[in-house]
Amino acid sequence: MKIGVVTFPGTLDDRDAARAIRYAGGEAIELWHDEADLKSVDAVILPGGFSYGDYLRCGAISRFSPVMESLIAAAQGGMPLLGICNGFQVLAEAHLIPGALTRNQHLHFLCTDQKIRIENNNTAWTNSFTEGQEIVIPLKNGEGSYQCDDETLKMLEGEGRIIARYVGENPNGSRNLIAGISNERGNIVGLMPHPEHAVDALTGPGVDGLGFFTSVLKALVSGGNK
Amino acid sequence: MATIVVDVMLKPEILDPQGKAVASALPRLGFTFATDVRQGKRFEISVEGEPTSTQLAEVEKAAEMLLSNPVIENFTVRVEK
Repeated sequence: MKIGVVTFPGTLDDRDAARAIRYAGGEAIELWHDEADLKSVDAVILPGGFSYGDYLRCGAISRFSPVMESLIAAAQGGMPLLGICNGFQVLAEAHLIPGALTRNQHLHFLCTDQKIRIENNNTAWTNSFTEGQEIVIPLKNGEGSYQCDDETLKMLEGEGRIIARYVGENPNGSRNLIAGISNERGNIVGLMPHPEHAVDALTGPGVDGLGFFTSVLKALVSGGNK
Repeated sequence: MATIVVDVMLKPEILDPQGKAVASALPRLGFTFATDVRQGKRFEISVEGEPTSTQLAEVEKAAEMLLSNPVIENFTVRVEK
């Protein structure tokens, strides 16, 4: 299975994402922001970093790059797409998922090992976990506070589209402790913390992050979210 | 040459931690007038001659697509001589 990893100018975590894909048993394919060609990949990850220097708003300029044109169409057609951190911001700017990521409430850049709870394991990126499973993966961002209007929040809660929540104290001011959400179909997931940094005990807090990458491989084999 | 100004502000219901930080810094400097501060962005867009209504409509469109995020922000467009 081929999983594409997009590199924008300013992307940081593309190599870790590619490594996580390989650890899970997939083939990582490099995708470049300036090329619309998705190279026949089966799924795509938008990794973390500071694409286009976070100019204007995080993800606002990346969202209009040539690769995104193809990616938006493919993801709307059901291709699994995971946006991590800056990738989550790109998904929100592209309106592939509702809401927006804003400045952390306490204004500080945060870098910590964060406990999160998997709330929905029926998505293409979370099916390897059990519902309610608590995992620890790194969280590192300046603009990770998830915001949306009351109606959207009610819809996300009602439809089980909050796929992961922070456990314990709210680290950034996100509404309802939201760490990640999905689209209606469950093929597109935006996640603020970084599973790709927790796939090797040598370089991360553990291997809890690996489940996101094994999930998508399982989903691709089954042709559904499970 | 004229300048089209686009002001982008967070919607009133969206928390503005930067504005809050500025508001709490003011009294430390002895400025006690502020009950609240909201921080926004201003874009100055230069065009040849007087802006046409078509240009202004395009700026509106660009402001909605790129300069602001309508999920969390409002914007205004005006011409400055």
